[in-house]
Amino acid sequence: MLNTVWFAIWGLLWAVYFMLDGFDFGAGILHPFVAKNDIERRMVINTLGPVWDGNEVWLITAGGVTFAAFPTTYAYMFSYLYTPLFFILFALILRGVSFEFRGKIESAGWAKMWDFVIFFFSFIPALLFGVAFGNIFEGLPMDANGYHGTLIKLLNPYGLLTGVLFVLLFLEHGALWLAIKATGEVSERSKAFANKNWPVLLIVAVLFLIYTKFATKLYDNYFANPIWFIVPAIAVVSLLMIKVFAKSSYVKAFYASCLTILGVVFTGIVGLYPNLIPSSIDAAHSLTAFNSSSSPYTLKLMFIVVVIFVPIVIAYQIWAYKVFSSPVTEDELNDKEVETY
Amino acid sequence: MDAVFLARLQFALTALFHFIFVPLTLGLSVLVAIMETRYVKTGDETYLRMTKFFGKLFLINFALGLVTGITLEFQFGMNWARYSKFMGDIFGPPLAIEATAAFFLESTFLGVWIFGWKKVSKSMHAISMWLVAFGTSVSALWILVANAWMQHPVGYVIRNGRAEFTNFIAAVTQPYAILKFLHTVTAGYVVGAFFVMGVSAYHLLRNRDVDLFKKAFKIGAGFGIFATIVVFLIGDFHAAEVAETQPTKFAAMESVWNTEKSAPMYLFMFPDEKNQKNTVEVIGIPKMLSMLAYHDPNATVKGLKDFPKGDRPPVTITFISFRSMVILGTLFILLSLFAFYLIRKDKLLDKKWFLKMMIWAIPLPYIAIELGWVVAEVGRQPWIVYGLMKTADATSTAVTIPQIIMSLVGFVVLYGALGIIDIYLLIKYAKKGPESAKAEAVKGG
Ligand code: HDD
Ligand code: HEM
Ligand code: HEM
Repeated sequence: MLNTVWFAIWGLLWAVYFMLDGFDFGAGILHPFVAKNDIERRMVINTLGPVWDGNEVWLITAGGVTFAAFPTTYAYMFSYLYTPLFFILFALILRGVSFEFRGKIESAGWAKMWDFVIFFFSFIPALLFGVAFGNIFEGLPMDANGYHGTLIKLLNPYGLLTGVLFVLLFLEHGALWLAIKATGEVSERSKAFANKNWPVLLIVAVLFLIYTKFATKLYDNYFANPIWFIVPAIAVVSLLMIKVFAKSSYVKAFYASCLTILGVVFTGIVGLYPNLIPSSIDAAHSLTAFNSSSSPYTLKLMFIVVVIFVPIVIAYQIWAYKVFSSPVTEDELNDKEVETY
Repeated sequence: MDAVFLARLQFALTALFHFIFVPLTLGLSVLVAIMETRYVKTGDETYLRMTKFFGKLFLINFALGLVTGITLEFQFGMNWARYSKFMGDIFGPPLAIEATAAFFLESTFLGVWIFGWKKVSKSMHAISMWLVAFGTSVSALWILVANAWMQHPVGYVIRNGRAEFTNFIAAVTQPYAILKFLHTVTAGYVVGAFFVMGVSAYHLLRNRDVDLFKKAFKIGAGFGIFATIVVFLIGDFHAAEVAETQPTKFAAMESVWNTEKSAPMYLFMFPDEKNQKNTVEVIGIPKMLSMLAYHDPNATVKGLKDFPKGDRPPVTITFISFRSMVILGTLFILLSLFAFYLIRKDKLLDKKWFLKMMIWAIPLPYIAIELGWVVAEVGRQPWIVYGLMKTADATSTAVTIPQIIMSLVGFVVLYGALGIIDIYLLIKYAKKGPESAKAEAVKGG
């Protein structure tokens, strides 16, 4: 029971992480395209400034919790996916310092360099997280002798499709974020982009759902327990609602996009259960919520910790989002008394 | 070159690099919070400018502390898979608690602090920095609890081929963890204090913003006295705890080869590892070592020869690092006391040589801190978890040597570049001084 609860928490942390850092990635990728001059670029960066680090901590928590609750999975997942994770890490490091560094030297070339860093190293993790999860959905080639995969094998069609799906989801999410958090031209261009990107996203999402039937065993759980089809249904309905809401309110469209991301991640998680990482060659060596978990003592301990702290965290993060709820304007960026990037 | 060596090299480099930025975060967050609190209480604009000036330096430093931490977390799984599997039950919880209880707090309220100057009230703004400072200490607590457990495992059983918790509270409350926490955090305060004093000295020498920097120097000096004395005292208890729990490390720290009752301590000595003796041993203080180790002049100190060769850590590095840390620690107390004395007598500006010296003293606490980690971690060898798991058995089996070389080279290049940029920016903005009172001058994009 506790193992199942932890499996759900594990999924939830990843889902929340993608929901939050997703718009950071999306806005980062979009930033050279929707912002044409320095002040507009700063506008994009300053919509992310107060929140991106808090968003990234969800990743650190997801990692920490994997370590605490499912150490064997943590050990295998991180060492098997060594190279892709190294690239993700590299990208997160560069993106992380870019916001702070970009404005600290007054030179156009310097700012341009960091603009490229923000663009490129938002794109890379978005893609690679998708590829990694695509491969986890498919299962990794592991048996009694360990891991038999290679980097090239990770870049298989299904993995890449999941990567593209993640990028498009985050682009939509980031565009909607900028639509409501930026002002003026930047906001308008972002709205236009969100509307153009949506049909592409829809097509790729449908392809993904179909291809999943052939490339993975995710649907087995659904056919065994059809009630769970509600999860992908929520994902699909919220994806459609983005378009509907975009006509009247981009705020609502953004919430719909949040729900879409949660829905997509949970579609995968429900299909995986009880596996955290299935084996594609020998089901007996899949890493599950039961054979890779910590002791009951640690699971209980961590459960208490999560029940106490996560609601507190959510409360003050919501408070912080409220503090910064008003969109970023050019006036604000020119105000010398307000600290901005 | 084998995989174990490369993994160790990579861990040592990335951890030492992370810990260039962490200590200033620990110390300066408290100092900036103190400055801002003064501003809120007195309404004196000098303190506001001081807060903004040191706050900016804090942020430049923080950026790298933050991103380099993620590397360490990832690395446990990437390079130390067997360790993670063996230790997950024990090691995972503090790491996860650190993220939920500390990192969220730090990152969220730092966002509020940076961007919230006009969005939250003055006191809420100051409270945000206190919360950041609190968060950094909480984060240090949990990661150090984990590290202390590797030095001295408690409250566990070995079951199913791995260590499992039976008593979490024991791990959190064991003296090793508490001493380590207090020693490391106050070491960070020393870094912060010397940073503030050094930067202030730079501007005082140039007669810039004298009022502001005199006040800042005073805050730094007061904080410095407190921190340097506490780090010294805790260090002494810490050494005693090491003597009790890790006799091999203690023997290496003091380069003791033969077991001895009422052991003396030599002021000058140098180990000769090959011949298992010391080449130089002069000016011995009788019974001093027994005093330090067990707080008892007649206690017996165990020598390295009593342990099999395979269980001994590298002696020379451990010894030199420990000695240098202690010498530096003593120097810091003297410098802070003198600084405080000059401030009290209002003679600070006359003593140009001292101000110059304080600028050059900025790097010294950093060196002490890195040496401290070398003592703790190299001295623990060959164990990764003292007495339970050898470092050589802890690496990932699925990771190949070319993969590690690739990541190692990547880290060296990336960290090298980012480190240079960050330190350049710190120096640039430290030299530039605070924004002038009226025209809060232009900031770049
Ligand atoms: C004594 C203090 C201390 C020590 C020994 C360590 N750290 Fe650290 N770490 C901090 C004190 C700290 C900090 C002061 O709290 C930082 C610096 C900047 C920040 O955001 O928090 C931080 C940041 C930081 C972050 C980023 C947090 C964020 O995004 O907000 C991670 C993931 C880690 N650390 C992980 C580690 C790991 C796995 C370590 C062990 C090998 C480690 N740290 C050693
Ligand atoms: C940030 C401060 C730290 C620094 C500067 C530091 C420094 C070092 C150094 C120099 C080594 C190499 C020792 C050797 O191989 O001879 C090492 C190894 C290691 N340390 Fe630390 N350490 C730090 C914190 C930690 C913490 C908090 C933990 C765990 C909670 C930890 C776990 C390890 C591990 C797993 C290794 C690798 C195995 C080994 O080589 O011993 N370190 N560290
Ligand atoms: C002056 C007397 C000092 C003594 C007797 C002392 C003692 C010790 C001892 C015994 C250790 C090893 C602990 C272990 O193996 O786990 C240690 C570690 C360390 N020391 Fe010191 N120390 C002193 C001063 C300083 C100073 C001035 C600083 C920095 C400003 C410092 C920073 C550190 C750090 C960062 C560590 C590693 C973390 C830890 O293990 O606590 N120490 N110290």
